[in-house]
Amino acid sequence: MATPLPLRVFEAEARTYRRTWRGSVFTSFLSPVLYLLAMGVGLGSLVDANLPAGLENVPYLTFLAPGLLVATAMQTGAGEGSWKVMGGIKWTQTWKARLASPIGTTSLVIGHMLWSAARVLMVSAIFAFMMAAFRVAPLLQSLAAVGPALLVGVAMVAITTAFTVRLEDPTGLAMFFRFVVIPMFLFSGVFFPITNLPGWLQPVAVVTPLYHAVELARATVVGTTPAVAWWVSVLYLSALILAGTVLAMAPIRRKLTP
Amino acid sequence: MNTSTVGSRTYPQVSSLPMSDALISARALTKKFGDFVAVDGIDFEVRQGEAFGFLGPNGAGKTSTMRMIGAVSPITEGDLTVLGLDPMTQGPQLRSRLGVVPQENNLDEELTVFDNLMMYGRYFDLSRAAIRERIAELLAFVQLEDKRDAKISALSGGMKRRVIIARGLINEPDMFILDEPTTGLDPQARHVLWDRLYRLKQQGVTLIITTHYMDEAEQLCDRLVVMDKGKIVAEGSPLSLIAQHTPRDVVELRFPVGVLETVGDHVAGLSDRTEILADRALVYTDDADKTIAVISESTLEPETVLARRSTLEDVFLRLTGRTLVD
Ligand SMILES: Nc1ncnc2c1ncn2[C@@H]1O[C@H](COP(=O)(O)OP(=O)(O)OP(=O)(O)O)[C@@H](O)[C@H]1O
Ligand SMILES: [Mg+2]
Repeated sequence: MATPLPLRVFEAEARTYRRTWRGSVFTSFLSPVLYLLAMGVGLGSLVDANLPAGLENVPYLTFLAPGLLVATAMQTGAGEGSWKVMGGIKWTQTWKARLASPIGTTSLVIGHMLWSAARVLMVSAIFAFMMAAFRVAPLLQSLAAVGPALLVGVAMVAITTAFTVRLEDPTGLAMFFRFVVIPMFLFSGVFFPITNLPGWLQPVAVVTPLYHAVELARATVVGTTPAVAWWVSVLYLSALILAGTVLAMAPIRRKLTP
Repeated sequence: MNTSTVGSRTYPQVSSLPMSDALISARALTKKFGDFVAVDGIDFEVRQGEAFGFLGPNGAGKTSTMRMIGAVSPITEGDLTVLGLDPMTQGPQLRSRLGVVPQENNLDEELTVFDNLMMYGRYFDLSRAAIRERIAELLAFVQLEDKRDAKISALSGGMKRRVIIARGLINEPDMFILDEPTTGLDPQARHVLWDRLYRLKQQGVTLIITTHYMDEAEQLCDRLVVMDKGKIVAEGSPLSLIAQHTPRDVVELRFPVGVLETVGDHVAGLSDRTEILADRALVYTDDADKTIAVISESTLEPETVLARRSTLEDVFLRLTGRTLVD
Protein backbone atom coordinates (compact mmCIF):
# COMPACT_ATOMS: atom_id res chain seq x y z
CA MET A 1 0.00 0.00 0.00
CA ALA A 2 1.21 3.48 -0.78
CA THR A 3 2.51 5.52 2.14
CA PRO A 4 0.25 8.56 2.74
CA LEU A 5 1.95 11.71 1.45
CA PRO A 6 2.12 13.57 4.82
CA LEU A 7 3.97 10.59 6.32
CA ARG A 8 6.59 10.86 3.57
CA VAL A 9 7.17 14.45 4.67
CA PHE A 10 7.34 13.27 8.28
CA GLU A 11 10.00 10.73 7.35
CA ALA A 12 12.06 13.36 5.53
CA GLU A 13 11.97 15.63 8.57
CA ALA A 14 12.95 12.74 10.83
CA ARG A 15 15.86 11.93 8.50
CA THR A 16 17.05 15.54 8.61
CA TYR A 17 16.68 15.61 12.38
CA ARG A 18 18.70 12.42 12.76
CA ARG A 19 21.66 14.26 11.23
CA THR A 20 21.32 17.41 13.30
CA TRP A 21 19.84 16.29 16.63
CA ARG A 22 22.85 16.55 18.91
CA GLY A 23 22.55 20.20 19.88
CA SER A 24 18.83 20.08 20.41
CA VAL A 25 18.82 16.97 22.60
CA PHE A 26 21.36 18.53 24.90
CA THR A 27 19.10 21.57 25.26
CA SER A 28 16.06 19.35 25.84
CA PHE A 29 17.70 17.72 28.85
CA LEU A 30 19.56 20.68 30.17
CA SER A 31 16.98 23.43 30.04
CA PRO A 32 14.44 21.71 32.34
CA VAL A 33 17.21 21.02 34.84
CA LEU A 34 18.41 24.62 34.78
CA TYR A 35 14.91 26.05 35.04
CA LEU A 36 13.86 23.71 37.82
CA LEU A 37 17.04 24.43 39.73
CA ALA A 38 17.09 28.20 39.32
CA MET A 39 13.40 28.97 39.55
CA GLY A 40 12.10 26.11 41.59
CA VAL A 41 14.87 25.55 44.08
CA GLY A 42 16.46 29.00 44.21
CA LEU A 43 13.45 31.27 43.90
CA GLY A 44 11.28 28.59 45.51
CA SER A 45 13.04 28.76 48.85
CA LEU A 46 12.29 32.52 49.00
CA VAL A 47 8.66 32.07 48.01
CA ASP A 48 8.14 29.19 50.41
CA ALA A 49 9.68 31.21 53.28
CA ASN A 50 7.15 33.99 52.66
CA LEU A 51 4.14 31.76 51.99
CA PRO A 52 4.17 29.04 54.67
CA ALA A 53 0.98 27.57 53.18
CA GLY A 54 2.60 27.48 49.76
CA LEU A 55 0.99 28.43 46.45
CA GLU A 56 -2.08 26.23 45.96
CA ASN A 57 -0.94 24.46 49.15
CA VAL A 58 2.16 22.95 47.55
CA PRO A 59 5.84 23.95 47.57
CA TYR A 60 6.70 26.51 44.88
CA LEU A 61 8.72 23.97 42.89
CA THR A 62 5.68 21.73 42.59
CA PHE A 63 3.50 24.68 41.62
CA LEU A 64 6.00 25.82 39.00
CA ALA A 65 7.08 22.56 37.37
CA PRO A 66 3.90 21.70 35.38
CA GLY A 67 3.76 25.30 34.13
CA LEU A 68 7.38 25.14 32.98
CA LEU A 69 6.67 21.87 31.23
CA VAL A 70 3.90 23.28 29.06
CA ALA A 71 5.80 26.55 28.57
CA THR A 72 8.75 24.61 27.20
CA ALA A 73 6.40 22.78 24.84
CA MET A 74 4.97 26.14 23.77
CA GLN A 75 8.44 27.51 23.00
CA THR A 76 9.42 24.37 21.12
CA GLY A 77 6.26 24.78 19.03
CA ALA A 78 7.09 28.41 18.29
CA GLY A 79 10.57 27.36 17.16
CA GLU A 80 9.29 24.64 14.84
CA GLY A 81 6.75 26.98 13.30
CA SER A 82 9.15 29.86 12.71
CA TRP A 83 12.83 29.38 11.76
CA LYS A 84 12.14 25.98 10.35
CA VAL A 85 9.33 27.23 8.12
CA MET A 86 11.24 30.32 7.03
CA GLY A 87 14.14 28.05 6.10
CA GLY A 88 12.05 25.60 4.12
CA ILE A 89 10.40 28.37 2.11
CA LYS A 90 13.12 30.97 1.73
CA TRP A 91 16.61 29.93 2.74
CA THR A 92 17.17 26.31 1.78
CA GLN A 93 13.98 26.10 -0.29
CA THR A 94 13.65 22.44 0.66
CA TRP A 95 9.87 22.85 0.76
CA LYS A 96 9.87 23.99 -2.84
CA ALA A 97 12.06 21.04 -3.80
CA ARG A 98 9.59 18.67 -2.18
CA LEU A 99 6.71 20.01 -4.22
CA ALA A 100 8.28 18.77 -7.45
CA SER A 101 7.61 15.25 -6.12
CA PRO A 102 4.10 13.80 -5.65
CA ILE A 103 3.83 15.77 -2.41
CA GLY A 104 1.45 18.72 -2.63
CA THR A 105 1.02 21.76 -0.41
CA THR A 106 -1.66 20.19 1.81
CA SER A 107 0.44 17.09 2.51
CA LEU A 108 3.43 19.34 3.04
CA VAL A 109 1.67 21.31 5.78
CA ILE A 110 0.12 18.28 7.45
CA GLY A 111 3.48 16.47 7.40
CA HIS A 112 5.12 19.53 8.94
CA MET A 113 2.46 19.61 11.69
CA LEU A 114 2.91 15.90 12.41
CA TRP A 115 6.67 16.15 12.65
CA SER A 116 6.50 19.27 14.82
CA ALA A 117 4.06 17.43 17.11
CA ALA A 118 6.62 14.65 17.42
CA ARG A 119 9.27 17.21 18.36
CA VAL A 120 7.00 18.76 21.01
CA LEU A 121 6.27 15.29 22.33
CA MET A 122 9.97 14.46 22.62
CA VAL A 123 10.81 17.66 24.47
CA SER A 124 7.81 17.39 26.80
CA ALA A 125 8.43 13.75 27.62
CA ILE A 126 12.04 14.48 28.50
CA PHE A 127 10.86 17.33 30.73
CA ALA A 128 8.35 15.05 32.44
CA PHE A 129 11.03 12.48 33.16
CA MET A 130 13.29 15.16 34.60
CA MET A 131 10.42 16.31 36.84
CA ALA A 132 10.07 12.80 38.15
CA ALA A 133 13.83 12.40 38.48
CA PHE A 134 13.99 15.55 40.63
CA ARG A 135 11.07 14.21 42.69
CA VAL A 136 8.94 17.21 41.83
CA ALA A 137 5.99 14.95 41.05
CA PRO A 138 5.35 11.23 40.61
CA LEU A 139 6.20 9.92 37.14
CA LEU A 140 2.62 9.12 36.14
CA GLN A 141 1.29 12.59 36.94
CA SER A 142 4.26 14.16 35.21
CA LEU A 143 3.65 12.09 32.10
CA ALA A 144 -0.07 12.94 32.18
CA ALA A 145 0.90 16.62 31.93
CA VAL A 146 2.52 15.83 28.57
CA GLY A 147 -1.06 15.82 27.16
CA PRO A 148 -1.68 19.55 27.66
CA ALA A 149 1.95 20.20 26.69
CA LEU A 150 1.37 18.51 23.35
CA LEU A 151 -1.83 20.49 22.79
CA VAL A 152 -0.28 23.88 23.46
CA GLY A 153 2.92 22.98 21.60
CA VAL A 154 1.08 21.99 18.44
CA ALA A 155 -1.27 24.98 18.76
CA MET A 156 1.83 27.17 18.83
CA VAL A 157 3.29 25.39 15.77
CA ALA A 158 0.07 26.10 13.89
CA ILE A 159 -0.22 29.74 14.94
CA THR A 160 3.46 30.49 14.35
CA THR A 161 3.43 28.74 10.96
CA ALA A 162 0.41 30.76 9.88
CA PHE A 163 2.28 33.90 10.93
CA THR A 164 5.66 32.97 9.41
CA VAL A 165 4.29 32.10 5.98
CA ARG A 166 2.96 35.65 5.74
CA LEU A 167 6.40 37.21 6.32
CA GLU A 168 8.79 38.28 3.59
CA ASP A 169 11.87 38.35 5.84
CA PRO A 170 12.82 37.15 9.33
CA THR A 171 12.67 40.52 11.12
CA GLY A 172 8.99 39.86 11.88
CA LEU A 173 10.00 36.66 13.65
CA ALA A 174 12.29 38.45 16.11
CA MET A 175 9.35 40.75 16.90
CA PHE A 176 7.06 37.78 17.31
CA PHE A 177 9.33 36.23 19.90
CA ARG A 178 9.93 39.51 21.70
CA PHE A 179 6.34 40.68 21.87
CA VAL A 180 4.30 37.46 21.81
CA VAL A 181 6.24 34.39 22.89
CA ILE A 182 8.25 35.85 25.77
CA PRO A 183 5.40 37.90 27.34
CA MET A 184 3.16 34.85 27.06
CA PHE A 185 5.83 32.78 28.78
CA LEU A 186 6.04 35.29 31.63
CA PHE A 187 2.41 36.27 32.18
CA SER A 188 0.22 33.22 31.51
CA GLY A 189 0.26 31.77 34.99
CA VAL A 190 3.46 29.73 34.79
CA PHE A 191 5.34 31.62 37.50
CA PHE A 192 2.42 33.04 39.52
CA PRO A 193 -1.39 32.84 39.35
CA ILE A 194 -2.84 35.29 36.82
CA THR A 195 -5.05 36.68 39.59
CA ASN A 196 -1.90 38.52 40.69
CA LEU A 197 -1.81 40.40 37.37
CA PRO A 198 -3.36 43.89 37.07
CA GLY A 199 -7.09 43.55 36.40
CA TRP A 200 -6.94 44.70 32.77
CA LEU A 201 -4.23 42.16 31.91
CA GLN A 202 -6.13 39.16 33.23
CA PRO A 203 -8.50 38.79 30.24
CA VAL A 204 -5.45 38.99 27.93
CA ALA A 205 -3.80 36.16 29.83
CA VAL A 206 -6.97 34.08 29.63
CA VAL A 207 -7.00 34.10 25.81
CA THR A 208 -3.38 32.93 25.50
CA PRO A 209 -3.07 29.25 24.65
CA LEU A 210 -0.41 28.85 27.30
CA TYR A 211 -2.78 29.83 30.12
CA HIS A 212 -5.12 26.97 29.26
CA ALA A 213 -2.30 24.45 29.09
CA VAL A 214 -0.93 25.67 32.43
CA GLU A 215 -4.33 25.22 34.08
CA LEU A 216 -4.69 21.71 32.63
CA ALA A 217 -1.18 20.63 33.54
CA ARG A 218 -1.36 22.04 37.05
CA ALA A 219 -4.67 20.27 37.58
CA THR A 220 -3.00 17.01 36.57
CA VAL A 221 0.14 17.39 38.68
CA VAL A 222 -1.00 19.42 41.70
CA GLY A 223 -4.70 18.54 41.71
CA THR A 224 -5.92 22.15 41.48
CA THR A 225 -9.33 22.89 39.97
CA PRO A 226 -8.90 24.87 36.72
CA ALA A 227 -10.64 28.26 36.57
CA VAL A 228 -11.98 27.26 33.15
CA ALA A 229 -13.66 23.88 32.60
CA TRP A 230 -11.03 21.44 31.30
CA TRP A 231 -12.99 20.59 28.20
CA VAL A 232 -13.28 24.25 27.24
CA SER A 233 -9.50 24.54 27.37
CA VAL A 234 -9.04 21.36 25.35
CA LEU A 235 -11.54 22.56 22.75
CA TYR A 236 -9.94 26.00 22.62
CA LEU A 237 -6.44 24.62 22.04
CA SER A 238 -7.74 22.15 19.44
CA ALA A 239 -9.54 24.98 17.65
CA LEU A 240 -6.28 26.96 17.54
CA ILE A 241 -4.49 23.99 15.97
CA LEU A 242 -7.15 23.73 13.29
CA ALA A 243 -7.35 27.48 12.66
CA GLY A 244 -3.57 27.93 12.40
CA THR A 245 -3.22 25.02 10.00
CA VAL A 246 -6.02 26.26 7.77
CA LEU A 247 -4.73 29.84 7.82
CA ALA A 248 -1.25 28.68 6.81
CA MET A 249 -2.50 27.05 3.61
CA ALA A 250 -3.30 29.99 1.30
CA PRO A 251 -0.01 31.90 1.73
CA ILE A 252 1.95 28.67 1.30
CA ARG A 253 0.15 27.98 -1.97
CA ARG A 254 0.72 31.56 -3.08
CA LYS A 255 4.43 31.43 -2.26
CA LEU A 256 5.41 27.93 -3.30
CA THR A 257 3.04 27.21 -6.18
CA PRO A 258 2.35 30.67 -7.66
CA MET B 1 34.84 7.14 -19.41
CA ASN B 2 32.62 4.10 -19.00
CA THR B 3 29.17 4.02 -20.51
CA SER B 4 26.94 3.63 -17.51
CA THR B 5 23.27 3.48 -18.28
CA VAL B 6 20.53 4.59 -15.97
CA GLY B 7 18.15 1.80 -15.09
CA SER B 8 17.18 -1.10 -17.25
CA ARG B 9 14.04 0.25 -18.84
CA THR B 10 13.81 0.61 -22.58
CA TYR B 11 12.11 3.56 -24.13
CA PRO B 12 10.02 3.29 -27.29
CA GLN B 13 11.50 4.65 -30.49
CA VAL B 14 10.60 8.18 -31.49
CA SER B 15 9.71 7.47 -35.10
CA SER B 16 7.26 4.67 -34.33
CA LEU B 17 4.84 7.03 -32.64
CA PRO B 18 2.25 9.09 -34.46
CA MET B 19 1.91 12.82 -33.77
CA SER B 20 -1.16 12.33 -31.58
CA ASP B 21 0.96 10.54 -29.01
CA ALA B 22 2.52 13.82 -27.96
CA LEU B 23 3.82 13.65 -24.39
CA ILE B 24 3.01 17.31 -23.92
CA SER B 25 0.42 19.21 -25.81
CA ALA B 26 -0.27 22.85 -25.05
CA ARG B 27 -2.99 24.98 -26.64
CA ALA B 28 -3.19 28.71 -25.99
CA LEU B 29 -1.35 28.09 -22.72
CA THR B 30 -1.36 31.24 -20.62
CA LYS B 31 0.09 32.23 -17.26
CA LYS B 32 -0.73 35.50 -15.57
CA PHE B 33 0.59 36.89 -12.31
CA GLY B 34 -2.10 39.40 -11.44
CA ASP B 35 -2.39 41.54 -14.56
CA PHE B 36 1.06 40.63 -15.82
CA VAL B 37 1.08 38.08 -18.63
CA ALA B 38 4.16 35.88 -18.22
CA VAL B 39 3.15 33.24 -20.79
CA ASP B 40 0.96 34.56 -23.57
CA GLY B 41 -1.12 31.87 -25.25
CA ILE B 42 1.57 29.52 -26.52
CA ASP B 43 1.04 26.30 -28.53
CA PHE B 44 3.52 23.45 -28.73
CA GLU B 45 3.81 19.69 -28.74
CA VAL B 46 6.59 17.49 -27.43
CA ARG B 47 6.95 13.96 -28.74
CA GLN B 48 8.24 10.82 -27.11
CA GLY B 49 12.01 10.57 -26.97
CA GLU B 50 12.87 14.00 -28.31
CA ALA B 51 14.94 16.70 -26.68
CA PHE B 52 12.80 19.81 -26.80
CA GLY B 53 14.16 23.22 -25.96
CA PHE B 54 12.82 26.56 -24.81
CA LEU B 55 15.30 29.24 -25.77
CA GLY B 56 14.80 32.80 -24.65
CA PRO B 57 16.24 35.75 -22.72
CA ASN B 58 15.59 36.59 -19.04
CA GLY B 59 11.91 36.97 -18.29
CA ALA B 60 10.75 35.28 -21.51
CA GLY B 61 8.46 32.97 -19.56
CA LYS B 62 10.51 29.77 -19.73
CA THR B 63 10.39 28.91 -16.03
CA SER B 64 6.71 29.81 -15.82
CA THR B 65 6.04 27.35 -18.64
CA MET B 66 8.17 24.62 -17.03
CA ARG B 67 6.35 25.04 -13.73
CA MET B 68 2.97 24.61 -15.36
CA ILE B 69 4.21 21.47 -17.10
CA GLY B 70 5.61 20.23 -13.80
CA ALA B 71 2.23 20.69 -12.08
CA VAL B 72 3.55 23.14 -9.49
CA SER B 73 1.91 26.24 -10.91
CA PRO B 74 -1.76 26.55 -11.84
CA ILE B 75 -2.63 27.28 -15.48
CA THR B 76 -4.38 30.61 -15.95
CA GLU B 77 -5.92 29.89 -19.36
CA GLY B 78 -5.66 27.38 -22.19
CA ASP B 79 -5.19 23.63 -22.29
CA LEU B 80 -2.23 21.57 -21.21
CA THR B 81 -1.87 17.80 -21.20
CA VAL B 82 1.31 16.16 -19.94
CA LEU B 83 1.82 12.40 -20.25
CA GLY B 84 -1.89 12.19 -20.94
CA LEU B 85 -2.68 13.78 -17.58
CA ASP B 86 -4.18 17.10 -16.53
CA PRO B 87 -1.63 18.95 -14.36
CA MET B 88 -4.40 20.86 -12.60
CA THR B 89 -6.35 17.85 -11.33
CA GLN B 90 -3.85 14.98 -11.48
CA GLY B 91 -0.80 16.76 -10.05
CA PRO B 92 0.52 14.09 -7.67
CA GLN B 93 0.07 11.34 -10.26
CA LEU B 94 1.82 13.41 -12.92
CA ARG B 95 4.66 14.55 -10.67
CA SER B 96 5.39 10.97 -9.70
CA ARG B 97 6.31 10.34 -13.36
CA LEU B 98 8.38 13.48 -13.95
CA GLY B 99 11.97 14.32 -13.16
CA VAL B 100 12.73 17.97 -12.51
CA VAL B 101 15.93 19.99 -12.37
CA PRO B 102 14.85 23.42 -11.11
CA GLN B 103 16.58 26.63 -12.09
CA GLU B 104 17.84 27.23 -8.54
CA ASN B 105 19.82 24.72 -6.49
CA ASN B 106 17.52 23.56 -3.71
CA LEU B 107 19.37 20.64 -2.20
CA ASP B 108 19.51 20.32 1.57
CA GLU B 109 22.98 21.75 2.19
CA GLU B 110 23.23 20.26 5.68
CA LEU B 111 22.81 16.71 4.47
CA THR B 112 25.06 14.43 2.47
CA VAL B 113 24.61 13.58 -1.19
CA PHE B 114 23.32 10.16 -0.20
CA ASP B 115 20.80 11.54 2.30
CA ASN B 116 19.49 14.07 -0.20
CA LEU B 117 18.90 11.38 -2.77
CA MET B 118 17.47 8.88 -0.29
CA MET B 119 15.09 11.51 1.07
CA TYR B 120 13.94 12.42 -2.40
CA GLY B 121 13.42 8.82 -3.41
CA ARG B 122 11.25 8.30 -0.34
CA TYR B 123 8.94 11.10 -1.49
CA PHE B 124 8.13 8.77 -4.38
CA ASP B 125 7.52 5.91 -1.95
CA LEU B 126 10.29 3.77 -3.41
CA SER B 127 11.71 1.13 -1.08
CA ARG B 128 14.94 1.99 0.71
CA ALA B 129 16.71 -0.96 -0.89
CA ALA B 130 15.59 0.09 -4.37
CA ILE B 131 16.71 3.67 -3.75
CA ARG B 132 20.07 2.55 -2.44
CA GLU B 133 20.66 0.58 -5.62
CA ARG B 134 19.47 3.45 -7.74
CA ILE B 135 21.73 5.93 -5.94
CA ALA B 136 24.77 3.79 -6.72
CA GLU B 137 23.75 3.72 -10.40
CA LEU B 138 23.04 7.43 -10.57
CA LEU B 139 26.20 8.52 -8.78
CA ALA B 140 28.16 6.46 -11.29
CA PHE B 141 26.20 8.11 -14.07
CA VAL B 142 26.92 11.67 -12.89
CA GLN B 143 30.48 10.65 -11.92
CA LEU B 144 30.18 11.52 -8.25
CA GLU B 145 30.69 8.11 -6.65
CA ASP B 146 33.43 9.47 -4.39
CA LYS B 147 31.14 12.23 -3.10
CA ARG B 148 28.41 9.92 -1.82
CA ASP B 149 28.97 10.84 1.82
CA ALA B 150 30.05 14.44 1.31
CA LYS B 151 27.85 17.24 2.57
CA ILE B 152 26.22 19.28 -0.19
CA SER B 153 27.75 22.45 1.23
CA ALA B 154 31.20 21.02 0.44
CA LEU B 155 30.48 20.55 -3.29
CA SER B 156 31.26 22.86 -6.21
CA GLY B 157 28.48 24.43 -8.28
CA GLY B 158 28.93 21.92 -11.08
CA MET B 159 28.83 18.99 -8.64
CA LYS B 160 25.64 20.30 -7.03
CA ARG B 161 24.07 20.52 -10.46
CA ARG B 162 25.01 16.90 -11.11
CA VAL B 163 23.52 15.83 -7.77
CA ILE B 164 20.31 17.61 -8.75
CA ILE B 165 20.31 15.73 -12.04
CA ALA B 166 20.74 12.47 -10.14
CA ARG B 167 17.92 13.51 -7.82
CA GLY B 168 15.65 14.25 -10.76
CA LEU B 169 16.27 10.77 -12.16
CA ILE B 170 15.70 8.88 -8.90
CA ASN B 171 12.16 7.83 -9.87
CA GLU B 172 13.08 6.75 -13.44
CA PRO B 173 10.93 9.52 -14.89
CA ASP B 174 9.07 9.29 -18.19
CA MET B 175 10.10 12.85 -18.90
CA PHE B 176 13.00 14.93 -17.62
CA ILE B 177 12.49 18.68 -17.26
CA LEU B 178 15.62 20.82 -16.90
CA ASP B 179 15.40 24.54 -16.24
CA GLU B 180 18.71 26.14 -17.23
CA PRO B 181 20.79 23.12 -16.25
CA THR B 182 24.17 24.76 -16.83
CA THR B 183 23.67 28.45 -16.06
CA GLY B 184 26.47 29.75 -13.87
CA LEU B 185 28.85 26.87 -14.57
CA ASP B 186 32.30 27.12 -16.10
CA PRO B 187 32.75 25.75 -19.64
CA GLN B 188 34.27 22.49 -18.48
CA ALA B 189 31.49 21.74 -16.01
CA ARG B 190 28.96 22.55 -18.73
CA HIS B 191 30.52 20.07 -21.11
CA VAL B 192 30.42 17.34 -18.47
CA LEU B 193 26.72 18.03 -17.98
CA TRP B 194 25.99 18.14 -21.70
CA ASP B 195 27.69 14.82 -22.10
CA ARG B 196 25.50 13.27 -19.38
CA LEU B 197 22.33 14.74 -20.86
CA TYR B 198 23.31 13.53 -24.29
CA ARG B 199 23.61 10.02 -22.90
CA LEU B 200 20.15 10.24 -21.39
CA LYS B 201 18.81 11.32 -24.74
CA GLN B 202 20.54 8.34 -26.35
CA GLN B 203 18.71 6.11 -23.91
CA GLY B 204 15.42 7.52 -25.12
CA VAL B 205 14.57 9.79 -22.19
CA THR B 206 12.39 12.69 -23.30
CA LEU B 207 14.15 15.91 -22.35
CA ILE B 208 12.63 19.35 -21.91
CA ILE B 209 15.37 21.96 -21.57
CA THR B 210 15.25 25.70 -21.10
CA THR B 211 18.29 27.77 -21.74
CA HIS B 212 19.48 31.15 -22.81
CA TYR B 213 22.64 29.70 -24.28
CA MET B 214 22.32 29.08 -27.98
CA ASP B 215 25.22 26.65 -27.99
CA GLU B 216 23.44 24.57 -25.37
CA ALA B 217 20.29 24.53 -27.47
CA GLU B 218 22.27 23.61 -30.59
CA GLN B 219 24.09 20.81 -28.78
CA LEU B 220 21.17 19.19 -27.06
CA CYS B 221 17.88 20.00 -28.73
CA ASP B 222 16.25 18.15 -31.62
CA ARG B 223 13.62 20.81 -31.79
CA LEU B 224 13.10 24.06 -29.98
CA VAL B 225 10.91 27.07 -29.65
CA VAL B 226 12.29 30.56 -29.28
CA MET B 227 10.40 32.51 -26.64
CA ASP B 228 10.31 36.22 -26.08
CA LYS B 229 8.03 38.22 -23.78
CA GLY B 230 5.76 35.25 -23.15
CA LYS B 231 5.29 34.37 -26.81
CA ILE B 232 6.79 31.77 -29.13
CA VAL B 233 8.47 33.65 -31.96
CA ALA B 234 9.88 30.69 -33.90
CA GLU B 235 9.90 26.92 -33.85
CA GLY B 236 11.96 24.18 -35.50
CA SER B 237 15.22 22.26 -35.34
CA PRO B 238 18.32 24.38 -34.65
CA LEU B 239 19.49 23.94 -38.26
CA SER B 240 16.15 24.69 -39.86
CA LEU B 241 15.72 27.79 -37.69
CA ILE B 242 19.09 29.07 -38.83
CA ALA B 243 18.40 28.22 -42.46
CA GLN B 244 14.98 29.83 -42.32
CA HIS B 245 15.75 33.05 -40.53
CA THR B 246 19.27 34.12 -41.34
CA PRO B 247 21.87 33.98 -44.17
CA ARG B 248 24.52 31.33 -43.82
CA ASP B 249 27.47 33.48 -42.72
CA VAL B 250 28.15 36.48 -40.53
CA VAL B 251 31.05 38.88 -40.67
CA GLU B 252 31.66 40.57 -37.33
CA LEU B 253 33.41 43.91 -37.35
CA ARG B 254 34.92 45.64 -34.36
CA PHE B 255 35.93 49.27 -34.46
CA PRO B 256 37.99 51.49 -32.17
CA VAL B 257 35.99 53.20 -29.43
CA GLY B 258 33.76 55.93 -30.81
CA VAL B 259 34.12 54.90 -34.46
CA LEU B 260 31.26 52.36 -34.46
CA GLU B 261 28.67 55.13 -34.11
CA THR B 262 29.98 56.96 -37.17
CA VAL B 263 30.15 54.05 -39.63
CA GLY B 264 26.54 52.84 -39.25
CA ASP B 265 25.36 53.93 -42.70
CA HIS B 266 28.41 52.61 -44.46
CA VAL B 267 28.10 49.19 -42.76
CA ALA B 268 24.39 49.05 -43.52
CA GLY B 269 25.24 49.42 -47.22
CA LEU B 270 27.33 46.24 -47.21
CA SER B 271 24.41 43.81 -47.16
CA ASP B 272 20.62 43.45 -47.05
CA ARG B 273 20.85 42.70 -43.40
CA THR B 274 23.20 44.23 -40.88
CA GLU B 275 23.04 44.82 -37.15
CA ILE B 276 24.86 47.45 -35.15
CA LEU B 277 25.30 46.18 -31.59
CA ALA B 278 26.79 47.95 -28.60
CA ASP B 279 30.29 46.62 -29.22
CA ARG B 280 30.35 45.42 -32.83
CA ALA B 281 28.66 45.41 -36.21
CA LEU B 282 27.27 42.25 -37.84
CA VAL B 283 27.04 41.83 -41.58
CA TYR B 284 24.92 38.86 -42.72
CA THR B 285 25.89 37.32 -46.02
CA ASP B 286 25.76 34.12 -48.05
CA ASP B 287 29.41 34.48 -48.96
CA ALA B 288 31.70 35.69 -46.19
CA ASP B 289 34.84 35.77 -48.37
CA LYS B 290 33.22 38.08 -50.88
CA THR B 291 31.96 40.39 -48.12
CA ILE B 292 35.39 40.54 -46.51
CA ALA B 293 36.92 41.41 -49.88
CA VAL B 294 34.41 44.22 -50.29
CA ILE B 295 35.20 45.53 -46.82
CA SER B 296 38.96 45.52 -47.34
CA GLU B 297 38.53 47.55 -50.55
CA SER B 298 36.29 50.07 -48.81
CA THR B 299 37.27 53.02 -46.63
CA LEU B 300 36.17 51.16 -43.49
CA GLU B 301 38.97 50.44 -41.05
CA PRO B 302 37.73 47.86 -38.55
CA GLU B 303 40.08 46.73 -35.78
CA THR B 304 39.13 43.09 -36.26
CA VAL B 305 37.16 41.19 -38.88
CA LEU B 306 35.76 37.78 -37.99
CA ALA B 307 33.78 35.50 -40.29
CA ARG B 308 31.62 32.76 -38.77
CA ARG B 309 28.54 30.63 -39.40
CA SER B 310 25.18 31.97 -38.30
CA THR B 311 23.89 30.59 -35.00
CA LEU B 312 20.66 30.62 -33.04
CA GLU B 313 21.92 33.82 -31.46
CA ASP B 314 21.58 35.45 -34.88
CA VAL B 315 18.12 33.95 -35.32
CA PHE B 316 17.10 35.47 -32.04
CA LEU B 317 18.58 38.83 -32.94
CA ARG B 318 16.72 38.69 -36.23
CA LEU B 319 13.40 37.85 -34.62
CA THR B 320 13.49 40.20 -31.65
CA GLY B 321 16.11 42.82 -32.45
CA ARG B 322 17.87 41.95 -29.19
CA THR B 323 20.69 39.66 -28.07
CA LEU B 324 19.97 36.60 -25.95
CA VAL B 325 22.42 37.13 -23.13
CA ASP B 326 22.62 40.75 -22.10
N1 LIG C 1 5.61 34.48 -8.80
C1 LIG C 1 5.64 35.51 -9.67
N2 LIG C 1 4.96 36.63 -9.41
C2 LIG C 1 4.98 37.67 -10.28
N3 LIG C 1 5.66 37.67 -11.43
C3 LIG C 1 6.37 36.59 -11.74
C4 LIG C 1 6.40 35.45 -10.88
N4 LIG C 1 7.19 34.51 -11.45
C5 LIG C 1 7.63 35.06 -12.62
N5 LIG C 1 7.14 36.30 -12.79
C6 LIG C 1 7.41 37.17 -13.95
O1 LIG C 1 7.07 36.49 -15.13
C7 LIG C 1 8.01 36.77 -16.17
C8 LIG C 1 8.55 35.47 -16.71
O2 LIG C 1 9.33 34.88 -15.71
P1 LIG C 1 10.03 33.49 -15.91
O3 LIG C 1 10.69 33.15 -14.62
O4 LIG C 1 9.08 32.50 -16.46
O5 LIG C 1 11.13 33.86 -17.01
P2 LIG C 1 12.33 33.00 -17.56
O6 LIG C 1 12.19 32.93 -19.04
O7 LIG C 1 12.45 31.73 -16.84
O8 LIG C 1 13.56 33.95 -17.23
P3 LIG C 1 15.04 33.60 -16.71
O9 LIG C 1 15.86 33.31 -17.92
O10 LIG C 1 15.48 34.86 -16.04
O11 LIG C 1 14.94 32.47 -15.76
C9 LIG C 1 9.06 37.67 -15.55
O12 LIG C 1 8.81 38.99 -15.94
C10 LIG C 1 8.89 37.50 -14.07
O13 LIG C 1 9.19 38.68 -13.38
MG1 LIG D 1 13.82 30.91 -15.61
